[in-house]
Amino acid sequence: MLILGLDTATPAVTVALHDGERPLAQLVTVDARRHAELLAPAISRVIADAGATRTDLTAIVAGVGPGPYTGLRVGLVTGRVLGAALGIPVYGLCSLDVIAADVEPPGTGFLVATDARRREVYWASYDAEGNREDGPAVNAPADVPRRGRPVAGEGARLYPSSLPGDIGPAYPAATTLCRMAAFALASGDSSRLLPPEPLYLRRPDAREPGAPKRVSQ
Amino acid sequence: MSGPLVLGIETSCDETGAGLVRGRELLADSVATSMDEHSRFGGVVPEVASRAHLEAMVPVLDAAFARAGVKPSEIDAVAVTAGPGLAGALLVGVAAAKAYAYGLGKPLYGVNHLAAHVAVDQLEHGPLPSPCVALLVSGGHSSLLEVPDVTGIVKPLGATIDDAAGEAYDKVARVLGLPFPGGPPIDKAAADGNPEAIRFPRAKYHDGTLDFSFAGLKTAVARWAEARRDAGEDVPVADVAASFQEAVADVLTRKAVDACKRNGVGDLVIGGGVAANSRLRAMAAARCEASGIRLRVPRPGLCTDNGAMVAALGASMVAAELPPSPLDVPADSSLPITDVLVR
Ligand SMILES: [Zn+2]
Repeated sequence: MLILGLDTATPAVTVALHDGERPLAQLVTVDARRHAELLAPAISRVIADAGATRTDLTAIVAGVGPGPYTGLRVGLVTGRVLGAALGIPVYGLCSLDVIAADVEPPGTGFLVATDARRREVYWASYDAEGNREDGPAVNAPADVPRRGRPVAGEGARLYPSSLPGDIGPAYPAATTLCRMAAFALASGDSSRLLPPEPLYLRRPDAREPGAPKRVSQ
Repeated sequence: MSGPLVLGIETSCDETGAGLVRGRELLADSVATSMDEHSRFGGVVPEVASRAHLEAMVPVLDAAFARAGVKPSEIDAVAVTAGPGLAGALLVGVAAAKAYAYGLGKPLYGVNHLAAHVAVDQLEHGPLPSPCVALLVSGGHSSLLEVPDVTGIVKPLGATIDDAAGEAYDKVARVLGLPFPGGPPIDKAAADGNPEAIRFPRAKYHDGTLDFSFAGLKTAVARWAEARRDAGEDVPVADVAASFQEAVADVLTRKAVDACKRNGVGDLVIGGGVAANSRLRAMAAARCEASGIRLRVPRPGLCTDNGAMVAALGASMVAAELPPSPLDVPADSSLPITDVLVR
């Protein structure tokens, strides 16, 4: 088993390679505006760093967000097309679940919140064992039903007054994405993985036009 | 005929295209469009287009290879539109092209969309004469170019200073109650109209430049239609469509012929979606003939955005042994025409 994991649902472009037992290489670059420039070279680099070649890959797993659309799509189209080129399966995982999997158990339920731009956050809530209870959804930070629980993800750093109690991490880790996928695949139950479909959570901004405006008075 | 086998990927606007070209031979041209989703908004909605590109990409690639009867591993290179175009839409194609090129271990060529509109004519009419003049007209661009070498040297001669010609078609269609996109329904309505019924303005006709302006024409049509409606009269759609189309074709072909004459160039290539317009094609043919200019216009299916045009340009670049683009090549929504190959 050789799994390539990638996530572009946050400002972090994160790529990792995993043999099913342990991570072999990973690369993280935080740059919200250059996902498409950074991702393919990062994949090439991670595979080379692990002493592997692209044809050794057996599966790809990509974070499906929710996340700002443009960056999110870069990761998903890359995963889908690379999978098609190599003839290997491509799976998805909720990017908020990936962050949740790296939270040090706080002994209570907790939230994960990431930047949705437009002064909103993508969020989900988890129980003390890290199982998702609610979400993913998108709301203004003050409207997230927090119920006093601590918050992981960049949302806690961006909106500390509405989302206090930062328990980190800020971004999903591709090594964790790989580990979760490896675990699901090893159990022989790939139904625990999602199809590589984006979680946009918002409709495109578009309004149907009214009657043409008058041009003369 | 043989030559490099190149995959071309195009996502600069609403069309998701994958084309396969061997040398100058078209093997497959697979296109999915999200136009139906945009029509009720009266224009292309960038986020709707980008979402559709993601969904269409792998199916369109698969369809191109199936139609061409070649295996992905047989290609010599992947070419992709790196710009100009809608930023979010371009990114889907560029990311896809990188993944395909890397996955297959093939070189990547990030190319200019406008140069690809010129290069596609080689699939129908053979090697491009050097130099030629190109008139590119669509909903997104209206440009005159001098093209000494489509794989590397393209010089801007003129461009629209406001709306693209295709945009004017869309806006006039709305005024006339015709659907979006406006080009085909206006062309159809104009067939029954009198092109001399109304004398609409020809902006910049005598200004001595090779630039265009269509914003005033669009407003003139709207004002004319309003005046008729205010007077309680019906708007003669066929006559307005024919007269509007006449004005657009008149300005475009006059400036294109002018561009050839001024630069001593004997060959004109027309491309872009508006090149499918029957009046533009007819008037260009007549005026080129009168001026001793050889005219080349690809068939309508190759004038609109598609992957074959990108593959055609990429194949010329591979044949010219140009070095490929790096894997970190960016998409550039305002890529200048002088950047034919992005490195
Ligand atoms: Zn175009």
